[in-house]
Amino acid sequence: MSEFQQKCSILSRDRLAFDVFRLTLQAPGIAATACPGQFVMVRVSDGLDPLLRRPFSIHRCFADGRISLLFKVIGKGTELLARRCIGDQVDLVGPLGNGFVGNGVGNGFEFSDDRPVCLIGGGMGIAPLLFLAEQLHKSGRETEKDHVLLGARTQDELTPLADEFSNLGYPVQLATDDGSVGHKGFIPDLLDFILPTVEQVYTCGPHLMMKNVVRQCQQAEVPCQVSLETHMACGMGACLGCTVNGKKGLVHVCKQGPVFDADQLEWSLE
Amino acid sequence: MKELRMESAGNTGRGSTPDLGVQIGPLVLRNPVMTASGTFGYAREFENLVDLAQLGAIIVKGISLHPKPGNPPPRIVETACGMLNAIGLENVGVDRFISGKMPYLYKLSSPVVVNILGDSVEEYSEIARRLDRVEGVAALEVNISCPNVKKGGVAFGTVPEMAARVTEAVRGGSRLPLIVKLSPNVTDIVLMARAVADAGADAVSLINTLIGMAIDPISRSPRLANVIGGLSGPAIKPVALRMVWQVAQAISLPVIGIGGITTANDALEFLLAGASAVQVGTANFYDPSAAGNIVQGITAYLQEQGEDRLVDIVGTLQTGID
Repeated sequence: MSEFQQKCSILSRDRLAFDVFRLTLQAPGIAATACPGQFVMVRVSDGLDPLLRRPFSIHRCFADGRISLLFKVIGKGTELLARRCIGDQVDLVGPLGNGFVGNGVGNGFEFSDDRPVCLIGGGMGIAPLLFLAEQLHKSGRETEKDHVLLGARTQDELTPLADEFSNLGYPVQLATDDGSVGHKGFIPDLLDFILPTVEQVYTCGPHLMMKNVVRQCQQAEVPCQVSLETHMACGMGACLGCTVNGKKGLVHVCKQGPVFDADQLEWSLE
Repeated sequence: MKELRMESAGNTGRGSTPDLGVQIGPLVLRNPVMTASGTFGYAREFENLVDLAQLGAIIVKGISLHPKPGNPPPRIVETACGMLNAIGLENVGVDRFISGKMPYLYKLSSPVVVNILGDSVEEYSEIARRLDRVEGVAALEVNISCPNVKKGGVAFGTVPEMAARVTEAVRGGSRLPLIVKLSPNVTDIVLMARAVADAGADAVSLINTLIGMAIDPISRSPRLANVIGGLSGPAIKPVALRMVWQVAQAISLPVIGIGGITTANDALEFLLAGASAVQVGTANFYDPSAAGNIVQGITAYLQEQGEDRLVDIVGTLQTGID
C-alpha cells in the first residue's frame, strides 16, 4: 500500500460549531489511495512544540484530489491546526492504517445479503463515517434502508453533518446530551430497536459509547467494526506507542487498526 | 559476512561533491547519518516514505533473546519539544528477527546495525553469537542503557564494571564491529565510555533517553502506565551535545552522537563536537524525511565551507579554551 508525505494546501476552512472545524486540503496522492477508516498524521505547526504529528481520520475524500479533516479543538495541537488559514501548507503523512471492510469482500463494500448496515458515530467519531457513508453510497446500496445514528453534546455539533448523511439518502437518527435535537441521551438507547435487522455495525466515537455499542452487538450477535483513537508518535508502526488491549495481547492501533473487529479487543479493561 | 556495498571512506572529494564517507571502527559508511534504534522499526515501515538507500546505516529496533511484549499502555506522552516513552523494548526476539526481518533488511543497500539488549550478561553474549554469522548484519550496537527495563538492566548502563562485563561478553561472542550505546543517566559519562572502550568496544554511541516523567493533575496520575519513561527529542539536544563533546575529548574511539537531531545544523553541531557520525531518532516519527534532508544539508554545508571531506570537520570545534 502506498503512503505519502506531502505538503498540502488548505483549500477551505469551515467552522461547523464553536470548537469544531473542517479543513479541506489538496492531497492528491492520499486522496487517490485512501479507504474509509484510514487516517493521516498531520504536522500542526512547523515548529518543535508541539513536536509530534496528530492523527486524524480521513473525513471525506474527493476524486479531484481533495481530502477533508474534521476535528474539535481540545488541546494545543488542534488549536494550532484550527488557526491555519486558507492557502497555508500543512505537512501530511498518509493514508495510514487499515480501513473499514465490507462483509468479507475487502474494501469493495459488497454485502452478502440485502440487510441494512448501521453507522454509529459519536462526537468527532462521526468524521470517518461520512467517508464510509459516501463509499457505501457509491457502491450502489439502497442507503435509505441503512441506519445512521449520530450523537454529540449539542445540536450545533450535529446539524451540518447530519444533513450530509441525509443528502446521501440515509435515514439519520440523532441523540444529544442536552436534548437540543433528537433523542436526549445516548446513542446506544436507539440501537435496541434496530439491531435485530442489521447485518453489520460500524462505529467510531467515545470509548464508553463504543463499549456499549459493542456489548449490544455481541448480545445480538451482529458483527461490529470499531475505529479507535489513541496517542501515536509515528502512525507507521515504528514507535510502538499506540497499543491497546486485545483479546490475545496488546495490539497496535496504527498498523493493525485503527479499525478492528470488536471481538478482537478487550473491552472489560480500562 | 556480506560484503559492504558502499564507497570507500578513503576517497578524496573531487569536483563539487564532497566525500561524506566515515569509518566507525571497522564499519565503513558512505555518509554519517544513521537512524536510531527504536525509531525506525525494522526499516520496512518507512519504505514507502523514505529512500532507504540514502541512509548511512539503519539501526533496527532493539532485539532481545526472547520476544518481549512491552509495557502496558499508555506508553508515550508528548512533552515540550520532546516525548517520553515507556515502550518496554517490545520486539520479536532474535530468532524471529533473523528469520522474519533480516531477509528484507539484507536486500537494502545501506548497512544494517542490530541493536541488542539482554537481562543478563549471558543473554547479551548469546544474542551476539546468534547474529554473528547472519548475512547482512554489518555491526552490533549494544544497548546497556534503556531506562524501561526492570530486571536490574539499568546497572549495565550506570556501573562501569557492569558495562565492561557486557562489552567483553559481546566481544567474545562476535566478530562484528561493536558499538556500545551509553546512558546519560550517570554522574560521569566519561567513566562509562572509558570502561567500554577498555573492554573492547569499537565505538560508542550516546546518548540514550533521559529518565523523566509526566503527570496529569486532573486525575492525579502519571501519564505513562510505567510511571517513568525515557525523554527524547529536541529537548535533550544540549545535554547530548555536551556529553558527546566530553567523551570525544576523553577517548580515542569513534563517537556517534544521538539526541534531538532534526536538521543538518543539529547534526553538524555533533560532528564539530567530535562525533564521527550521528543518529536521527525521534525526528523519524514526526518527519520521516529528516534523515535524508540531513544528508543533503551536510553536503551543502561542506560545499559552502569549501570542504572536500566530511572527516576533516569532525572535532573541529573552536572553544577558545585549552
